[in-house]
Amino acid sequence: MPEAAHAQPAWVLLAYLIAGICFILALRGLSSPESSRRGNYTGMLGMAIAVGTTLATHKLASLPEIAAAMLIGGGIGLVTARRIQMTAMPQLVAAFHSLVGMAAVLVGAAAYLNPEAFGIAVRITPIASPSIINIYPVSRIEMGLGVAIGAITFSGSVIAFLKLNGNMSGKPILLPVRHVINLGTLIAIIGLIAYFTQDQAPWVFFTLMGLSFAIGFLLIIPIGGADMPVVISMLNSYSGWAAAAMGFTLHNTAMVITGALVGSSGAILSYIMCAAMNRSFLSVISGGFGGEAVSGGAAAAIDRPYKRGSAEDAAFLMKQAEQVIIVPGYGMAVAQAQHAVREMADLLKKEGVRVKYAIHPVAGRMPGHMNVLLAEANVPYDEVFELEDINSEFAQTDVAYVIGANDVTNPAAKTDKGSPIYGMPVLDVEKARTCLFVKRSMGGVGYAGIDNELFYRDNTMMLLGDAKKMTEEIVKALG
Amino acid sequence: MDFISVLSIFVLACFVGYYVVWSVTPALHTPLMSVTNAISSVIVVGALIAAAAGGSPSSKWLGLVAVALASVNIFGGFAVTKRMLSMYKKRERKDA
Repeated sequence: MPEAAHAQPAWVLLAYLIAGICFILALRGLSSPESSRRGNYTGMLGMAIAVGTTLATHKLASLPEIAAAMLIGGGIGLVTARRIQMTAMPQLVAAFHSLVGMAAVLVGAAAYLNPEAFGIAVRITPIASPSIINIYPVSRIEMGLGVAIGAITFSGSVIAFLKLNGNMSGKPILLPVRHVINLGTLIAIIGLIAYFTQDQAPWVFFTLMGLSFAIGFLLIIPIGGADMPVVISMLNSYSGWAAAAMGFTLHNTAMVITGALVGSSGAILSYIMCAAMNRSFLSVISGGFGGEAVSGGAAAAIDRPYKRGSAEDAAFLMKQAEQVIIVPGYGMAVAQAQHAVREMADLLKKEGVRVKYAIHPVAGRMPGHMNVLLAEANVPYDEVFELEDINSEFAQTDVAYVIGANDVTNPAAKTDKGSPIYGMPVLDVEKARTCLFVKRSMGGVGYAGIDNELFYRDNTMMLLGDAKKMTEEIVKALG
Repeated sequence: MDFISVLSIFVLACFVGYYVVWSVTPALHTPLMSVTNAISSVIVVGALIAAAAGGSPSSKWLGLVAVALASVNIFGGFAVTKRMLSMYKKRERKDA
């Protein structure tokens, strides 16, 4: 009897299934750049099928309002997508995550206020008293979970956005007994979801929602800017689980499939990012790492001798080279130097130099950040290599051009057991005959707050200056 | 559909997701995030149900706001993914 409320015609179930399959194919397409474009269209088709089916099967009393809401939202989305700078992608993705989270919360609240419309409640009418609308216990759990995960996704993504966008310092903010507070809040949330099955009173539902907003906020503030690749992947995963939980509530195949896909996608990306930093997921989530002034590891020696070079020296060295490997990092994104780098590579290629790019998985602020920037600057993707594919080549390379990357090249990760980044896979740039290191000044250290041994090696030449200006000067010297 | 059928679909989809995502090339991890963003906005289905249903004005308005938010994501997410993917080009094979 209760399940009868979920009864939908077979074609509707099939349509949602097809939409789900379209989404699977959209992700499958991303296995190579050629197939990815078609995959993206398949995703759009899936979304159109899902939306169309829903509209076709419901009474459309408020079609004008719905159309208006879609137009406003869609318009904002399209304009943002067109205008956004590629270097700002991490912020944009964080902002989009927060919207999915908020939408999940709103849908959960709407379902709570009008459960009959969602077919998740039964109306009991006792004799001589007003009727009671009783939400099914299973639906209450699903709804509670959906709202909780959605709220965490929302507030967490807002903090991630503020940190990535520079509205908030990337420094971790550490509350005194944060682990106790977080654990307590988490237990309270789980307890409330359990209690919700017994009592569907509004205070249970809305306290649950409030606590979930709070914990999303508390979880992300202690995490430093450089751990953002993990955070943003994790929030990606949460937005998926939120969609899946709402899919359970609505018994909607498309939502459940999508939620599972997005959830596992985010989880895998978080795992890849953690592995690339040799840190456990728990240690990232418990926060406190990164920011500016973390002391530890090799004590920063202030007055060690290093070799400083000019743009002309760099141009001369690279012109003579047989192979140059460019190693970009977050600094290249900040300085918007990707176009200058491409120009430099073009000139070098004209001189008969082989140019390749080496990308560390955690370079930048989100997975694949550097690849997008290089693609934007028209660097062919078959010149861009991942860490494990290119690391053995540094030994046969004349010049490694490190631009805005620091910790991902630090040899201390291989040798110094006391270093906070010990065990992290790094690019072997020191094996190249000469290592050119573009850096703003000698003072600053990477996110891990540790000195880089590489700066003081004999085969390293420091190019001190803004990444973009320095590269442009090299371009001039080459031309 | 009963709970167990939905759960079965969910569990199988998790496995599909696991294998499909591992096959995504690392160079496309950023587009992967933006497209998963777009498709997770399929939550718009729930928002539409709330917005279309009568009976509770507050529920309807919550639904309409959710429709607008999800639409930002759907259109923005697919469009920005398209823009990024169009930038990935292969080397022109003129140099031998």
